[in-house]
Amino acid sequence: MCIGMTNMAELHLHDVSVRFGGLQALAEVNFSLMPGEIVGLIGPNGAGKTTVFNVITGVYNASGGDVEYDGASLQGLKPYQVLAKGIARTFQNIRLFQNMTALENVMVAQHSRTGCGILGAIFRTPSQKLEEEQIKERAMEELRFAELEDFADEVASSLPYGHQRRLEIARALASDPTTILLDEPAAGLNPAESSELMETICKISERGINVLMVEHDMKVVMGICQRLVVLDHGVMIAKGNPEEIQKNPAVIEAYLGS
Amino acid sequence: MTIPEFKKHWTSLGIGMVWLFILLWPLLGIKPEGLEVASTFNVWWRIALGCSFLLFLYQLNKAGAFKFISRPAGAVAGSMKSATSMVPMAVWFVIGIACTALIPQFAGRYAQDVAINCMIYVCLGLGLNIVVGLAGMLDLGYIAFYGIGAYTYALLSVQFQLSFWICLPISAGMAGLGAWLIGYCSMRMRGDYLAIVTLGFAEICRMVLNNWMSLTNGPNGVTGIKAPGLYWFDFTNGMTLEHIWLKKLSLIYYVILILVVFTIIAVYRLQHSRIGRAWEAIREDETAAEVMGVPTFYMKLLAYCSGACFGGMAGAFYAARMRFVSPESFTFLESAMVLSMVVLGGMGSIPGVILGALALIALPEIFREFELYRMLVFGGVMTLMMLFRPQGMLPSKRTMRSGKD
Ligand SMILES: Nc1ncnc2c1ncn2[C@@H]1O[C@H](COP(=O)(O)OP(=O)(O)O)[C@@H](O)[C@H]1O
Ligand SMILES: [Mg+2]
Repeated sequence: MCIGMTNMAELHLHDVSVRFGGLQALAEVNFSLMPGEIVGLIGPNGAGKTTVFNVITGVYNASGGDVEYDGASLQGLKPYQVLAKGIARTFQNIRLFQNMTALENVMVAQHSRTGCGILGAIFRTPSQKLEEEQIKERAMEELRFAELEDFADEVASSLPYGHQRRLEIARALASDPTTILLDEPAAGLNPAESSELMETICKISERGINVLMVEHDMKVVMGICQRLVVLDHGVMIAKGNPEEIQKNPAVIEAYLGS
Repeated sequence: MTIPEFKKHWTSLGIGMVWLFILLWPLLGIKPEGLEVASTFNVWWRIALGCSFLLFLYQLNKAGAFKFISRPAGAVAGSMKSATSMVPMAVWFVIGIACTALIPQFAGRYAQDVAINCMIYVCLGLGLNIVVGLAGMLDLGYIAFYGIGAYTYALLSVQFQLSFWICLPISAGMAGLGAWLIGYCSMRMRGDYLAIVTLGFAEICRMVLNNWMSLTNGPNGVTGIKAPGLYWFDFTNGMTLEHIWLKKLSLIYYVILILVVFTIIAVYRLQHSRIGRAWEAIREDETAAEVMGVPTFYMKLLAYCSGACFGGMAGAFYAARMRFVSPESFTFLESAMVLSMVVLGGMGSIPGVILGALALIALPEIFREFELYRMLVFGGVMTLMMLFRPQGMLPSKRTMRSGKD
């Protein structure tokens, strides 16, 4: 279990529903992510876990309910505005900027935290130069955190799979988030890599960043999550601490029945 | 090389040659006296022989017959490459500019004229490169902004006698404004749809220029545009500040050279800034870029507008250099030409775009005698490039991987 410093931002989902045509992807999902927590979002394939992330980050609009973060509603915000509020995410199927270098990938995430305009860039004003240096410095920091500093100038698509997963996390962290959403971060990793990943997630939490993660690897989930939320067919069927969840008959039914 | 592969190559060559003959015959064989085979056959057998020879060489190469040359040649090329990469890009840039600056001292009028033309297209190519190469949006109507810039200067100069140097930023601004108007309505579209909208917009622009008789004088064009002026020290009677018109070709040459240098530096700096990175992120994955904090709609609009500004600047220069503009200089063919330069040279790569502009403007001038076959060769070269080197002649480092979409 990891305990660390915390920020004060709370994430609440109030009765969030999402429909895709006739398909009810999420039905009145209610849960919260409190400061300092690591919460796991689990459920069988197609349960709607990624959809939860997409609703929080503004990629999809909820058809009902509300997402509240740090005291304000996220309803109707564009994804980049949600990031500016402090929620960063990774993707289930890695979505790096393939033809850009690892360093540039991480630097892009600083966009919302910086403000130099087009004229500043063309005339290389002193403030632009300073800002550029800070962006690079900050990006290198995150690359070091993800132990990728030796690959800074490699093109992202040429990195091994495990490195790409870490790079995605570094990119999300470079946006100075208060909450990070990880979508199946251990998918495709070997056992050694996933135990490294668990350490990384603990370190992220120690930095005062709240973590909400979707994960299938029960060893990872049980190892680091303080609370779990279980979805099945868009319905939240259980929430509680890992021990309770493991014994919950509805959860066992959902996993075995599907 | 396996036997079936060998057979496949020769059959496809055979089919291709028969097809070529069928195409060539109506072109060359129809004479007032009736159909004639001899002249077509005359051309055809040469092409067929040439192609067979090339295929033969290709197969020999595949089989490894040229190893004895290609090995040492490869080694030489490799060491050359490492030697050139030791010199930083900035040094090459300065050397290139210095050489270009010397051209008017040696070359005649004609060569200077071609060089000026080349440099206009370098500006256009670099501007379009922002939209196509960096932000990854297909723009088929880029020439409209060139036209807007040209007409802005033309009209301001003729109607209000404004100086070129004042009009240069105004032209860029007007082109940017035009881009903002059209972009604001169409930036939500992606890919092919955007291409169609921009194509339509360019045609509308040309139609307006062509038909708004009272303002633009329609297809007759605008005449009497002033060349750029300059205050210069005159030493004939003491030292006085005199106003001169830069009408001489060798003087106006330096105006466009300055514009080219400015454009190259500006585009390079943009590319290596927070803005340029955001554009490239949009090109790579629009959704991921948005989720990572890039306001994609606004950044795409910005790319479109800043690309247009460079086009507008080139347009103002064009009007000042020709001292005449008419709508027929801004047809779709020109848009296609600029786009070809960007694609041929290498999207997103500044040296690539420059090389592309040189290749498409200077080479046809060198081979003036074969003007008839220009489009034929152009089409052939483009097809071959897309087959064998889709990333362009001098691709930017990161777009080495061929596109995934
Ligand atoms: N953009 C979309 N359009 C239509 N259906 C979608 C879309 N995104 C997800 N779905 C559907 O919503 C359901 C939940 O998907 P998802 O959230 O990706 O599940 P998972 O829990 O495996 O991450 C699935 O049935 C999926 O097919
Ligand atoms: Mg999923």
